[in-house]
Amino acid sequence: MKKIEAVIKPHKLDEVKEALHALGVSGMTAYEVKGFGRQKGHTEVYRGNEYTVDFVPKIKIEIVVDDDLAPRVEQAIVDAARTEKIGDGKVFTFDCLSAIRIRTGERGSEAL
Amino acid sequence: MPAIDTGSTAWMLVSTAMVLFMTPGLALFYAGMVRAKNVLSSTMHSLFAMGLVSVIWAVIGYTLAFGGDVGGIVGGLQHLGLEGVLGSVTGSGTAAIPTSVFAMYQGMFAVITVGLISGAIAERMKFKAYVIFAALWAVIVYAPLAHWVWGGGWLMKLGALDFAGGTVVHIASASAALACALVLGKRRGYGSEDLRPHSIPMSVLGAGILWFGWFGFNAGSALASGELAGSAFLATNLSAAAGMLAWGLAEVLTGHKPTVLGAASGAVAGLVGITPAAGFVGPMPALAIGIITGALCYFGLKIKSKFGFDDALDVVGVHGVGGTTGALLTGVFASLAVNAAGANGLLFGGGFALLGKQLVGVVATIAFSFIVSYVILRVLDRVMGLRVDAETEATGLDVAEHAEAGYDL
Repeated sequence: MKKIEAVIKPHKLDEVKEALHALGVSGMTAYEVKGFGRQKGHTEVYRGNEYTVDFVPKIKIEIVVDDDLAPRVEQAIVDAARTEKIGDGKVFTFDCLSAIRIRTGERGSEAL
Repeated sequence: MPAIDTGSTAWMLVSTAMVLFMTPGLALFYAGMVRAKNVLSSTMHSLFAMGLVSVIWAVIGYTLAFGGDVGGIVGGLQHLGLEGVLGSVTGSGTAAIPTSVFAMYQGMFAVITVGLISGAIAERMKFKAYVIFAALWAVIVYAPLAHWVWGGGWLMKLGALDFAGGTVVHIASASAALACALVLGKRRGYGSEDLRPHSIPMSVLGAGILWFGWFGFNAGSALASGELAGSAFLATNLSAAAGMLAWGLAEVLTGHKPTVLGAASGAVAGLVGITPAAGFVGPMPALAIGIITGALCYFGLKIKSKFGFDDALDVVGVHGVGGTTGALLTGVFASLAVNAAGANGLLFGGGFALLGKQLVGVVATIAFSFIVSYVILRVLDRVMGLRVDAETEATGLDVAEHAEAGYDL
């Protein structure tokens, strides 16, 4: 099994989710994060004080899939999340050692 | 009991409630500007003042401010515990209102003045130390000052004009705030950490409540329903509006975007500026006061960085600069045609006489409030320490000082 993590622009979440549904991926976890790569931050001004804000809001998603599905999932995320403007994000893939469905106790691919 | 005017009494009851409402408004205004981990600590400074100062005012504050004059410095103790207040009347004719209403109304001013100071101490002062300081300040500084200006004391006898509290409320609190900032020292991370406001919407809501309540603050200072309340109301709104526009213009002309916090702050600055002048000036002078105060306060924010003190929420920059500007401009724009009980300022045929008296009032207020506050703070710092420890300041005061968290996100 592979765990795929992707940092994407927040407004791309719906598109990515739809693309994964189309591939038959049945679940995912998403959370709000802040980050930056090469994307520059921005400046905010409060009562005349300037603040340089480096961290940009992003969404991080996590999915665990069978090995044979992983390459297509990676590509689907890249295609759905790309805007071709700086700050689109990154996709990382890791080995997943085990998966268990809590309700039933199923393990491995049965749990996905 | 002599006859009271029910119209004026009704208005003053409403004004009293409106001024009270300004204090939770101030709580929101300030709290939105601190970091989320300190939202409750900031809120508590204003909220608790409503309890603490209301009680102190009834027990001893009112009498020290409005009791029989003792040497022009302070009131006597005739009304300790509001003795003699029920059943007596303040004012006469159409301005005759129950003294209980007058006493309550004045008490609300004391409450918010204390709350205003808390802007300078944000995010680093022990709550216990704040409470003791606030209690002492209300009795030793506020009440005598109110006596000087409104209770028959020496500034009133001199003829200095302060319609609703430019000196007693704004300059006094700003001077105390300066003392606080100097004794407390800067917040850790000042200049390097992210000290951004955590909720501008909260601050805007607070500013809106302040603007609304300020009509009670200024127009209510006519102490009667009628023409003077009307002109003060008008002047108040114009100055607030002009202040907002002036601040926004200043932002844009100095190469920045017009900000929401700036619009709210500009309105507040205009309101501060018109506070001493509201019942003495006409509409166009009120507009001028708003523009001048709004612009000066915008640049007044730079004072703290120039002199290197951490007045976290700009009490000095807005209330100090604004109150002083308004007090002095009262000496320029006051007109007997607007209020026969006032005087003529510089531009209305009065020469420099009034302006000179205003200057005396300003200087005396700054000196008295700053020096006494500074002494109280140094003593408290020695006795109990004013500042929370580094760990508490880093993780936020809400949990450590109040065992509460503002948000559970």
